[in-house]
Amino acid sequence: MASKIVVFAEVRDGRFKKAALECLSEARKLKGELGGGDVTAVVVGGAQVSSLAPSLGAYGADRVLVASADWLERYDGEAYSKLVVAAVSAEKPDVVLIAASLDGKDLAPRVAALLGAGLAADVTAAKVEGGKLQITRPVYAGKAYATLEVKTTPQVISVRPNAFPAEQKTGTAQVSPLAISFKPEDLPSKVLEVKAAKTGKADLTEAERIVSGGRGLKGPENFKIIEELAEEIGATVGASRAVVDSGWRPHSDQVGQTGKTVSPNLYVAVGVSGAIQHLAGMSTSKCIVAINKDKDAPIFKVADYGIVGDLFEVVPRMTAEVRKLKGK
Amino acid sequence: MQIIVCVKAVPDTATRIKIASNGQKIDQEGVKYALGPYDARACAKAIELRDAIKGDSKVIAIASGFSDGERDAKKRLKDVLALGADKGVFIADPDPEHRDPLSVAQALAAAIKAQGKWDLVLFGRQAVDDQNLAVGPMTAALLGVACVTDAVALEVTGDKAVVTRAAESRTETIEVKLPACVTAQRDLAEEKYPKLKDILGAGKKPIETFAFAWPAPAWEVKKLSAPPPRQAGKIVGEGPDAVPKLLELLQSEAKALTF
Repeated sequence: MASKIVVFAEVRDGRFKKAALECLSEARKLKGELGGGDVTAVVVGGAQVSSLAPSLGAYGADRVLVASADWLERYDGEAYSKLVVAAVSAEKPDVVLIAASLDGKDLAPRVAALLGAGLAADVTAAKVEGGKLQITRPVYAGKAYATLEVKTTPQVISVRPNAFPAEQKTGTAQVSPLAISFKPEDLPSKVLEVKAAKTGKADLTEAERIVSGGRGLKGPENFKIIEELAEEIGATVGASRAVVDSGWRPHSDQVGQTGKTVSPNLYVAVGVSGAIQHLAGMSTSKCIVAINKDKDAPIFKVADYGIVGDLFEVVPRMTAEVRKLKGK
Repeated sequence: MQIIVCVKAVPDTATRIKIASNGQKIDQEGVKYALGPYDARACAKAIELRDAIKGDSKVIAIASGFSDGERDAKKRLKDVLALGADKGVFIADPDPEHRDPLSVAQALAAAIKAQGKWDLVLFGRQAVDDQNLAVGPMTAALLGVACVTDAVALEVTGDKAVVTRAAESRTETIEVKLPACVTAQRDLAEEKYPKLKDILGAGKKPIETFAFAWPAPAWEVKKLSAPPPRQAGKIVGEGPDAVPKLLELLQSEAKALTF
């Protein structure tokens, strides 16, 4: 059974997101397992995205459809969903893949509902069995996993960042334009103002490395040592619920069942005891390091490596040692 | 102004989840249910908006879910009525654990349409059990209205709302025509706690039943399983002197750091 797969390839700061390339590589793999077919990437963005599009061939796209206009530079759920739906209606794929970034989590359900399609969100594994796609996704924030089959055609799948590898091979994609059949003033919502919160750092949802701080830090001012370590190892700063509830860090930093679910390659938990709802949100991290003065803290039960000690001594030492390794 | 808030009964986040022996459901023994934490913020905002608007404004809370025992979604509607909502609407779902988000959105959209006039529908950004983050935007799409997700501020003026959205690495101020759907981030409103007299008074407020013929789910759940166990790790050492060893292991063994 040949298959057609459409992948929404998300752009940020003039580059394809790693999570988008992961989706494309997974699409190429699934295409193989489903007996061949076609992978079409859909790219939406400002004027510069047309020049980026051919590079998607190396990650698995056979074809790329590009909708570019200055007013599409920034993500807008109403506009982007219309464009992805237009591409899907034209391509009639079996599967639509969208990276479950923050914007992707806004986009995927809109696309699915407009198509009348089933959605499997934040998927961490996919395989083909008996010609059918079997999906695994965490539920209860990772306290359990559901294995399921989406019954609709197409099916929409949002893919958890860092759960699948992005593999660059050779290949070129044929690029063609995707018509934009509406104007911004036709949309029911209008962006009045945008304030950039932080730039450069990946959001927790997509971060490859995270340094998280908990109650053990004793006060918001002490997060400076977390930020310094994060800076040296290229990590995004996270926080436990206790810390966010105390107002030490913004809610956007919260990792756990009531915050963000994360899957980085490296998760460093500093002064985090490891409440069940925190563990649920980060236990799919590939490597977990715990630094805590309490040797019985639950976090050590899930950590790959632990240091028992005073975080105010251990973390600055770690920052200093990393600087040495980097030759600073 | 008619404001609708859609809520869900979810297992308390401190609950341990055990899979029942048939591998299909969670073991309900000892599981405590609560109003979804983001739904609670949506409710607080809906009530705040209603109280700020003069004239005949109402808040209607809608929930679909189990209709029995501790997990009974009607109990959560009572929570919302105690917080100040005017009416509850309950959609009985015989199998919410296996219900996909599109089906839930279809049920909610039908129940919302049955309320006649409505101006604003609020949701929590995510249910902390399914974590689909989908029902709000899906319901909006089915109703054919705009949706703003992850709202941290919301003001209504005339037939428009101005919503502040905590987007990825940016904050957007969005003007949206009503009717519209908005999903609540935590900071949309302060959490409210009902007074005893409001809890008692909630019993007198109406909870209507909305009959919905559930279609076959858009997915088939084959099984639920426990997360793959993590291998027991090692304590590298005590105090700052263990740091060089840790960094060596992270580079050579875990391959989680490179310089």
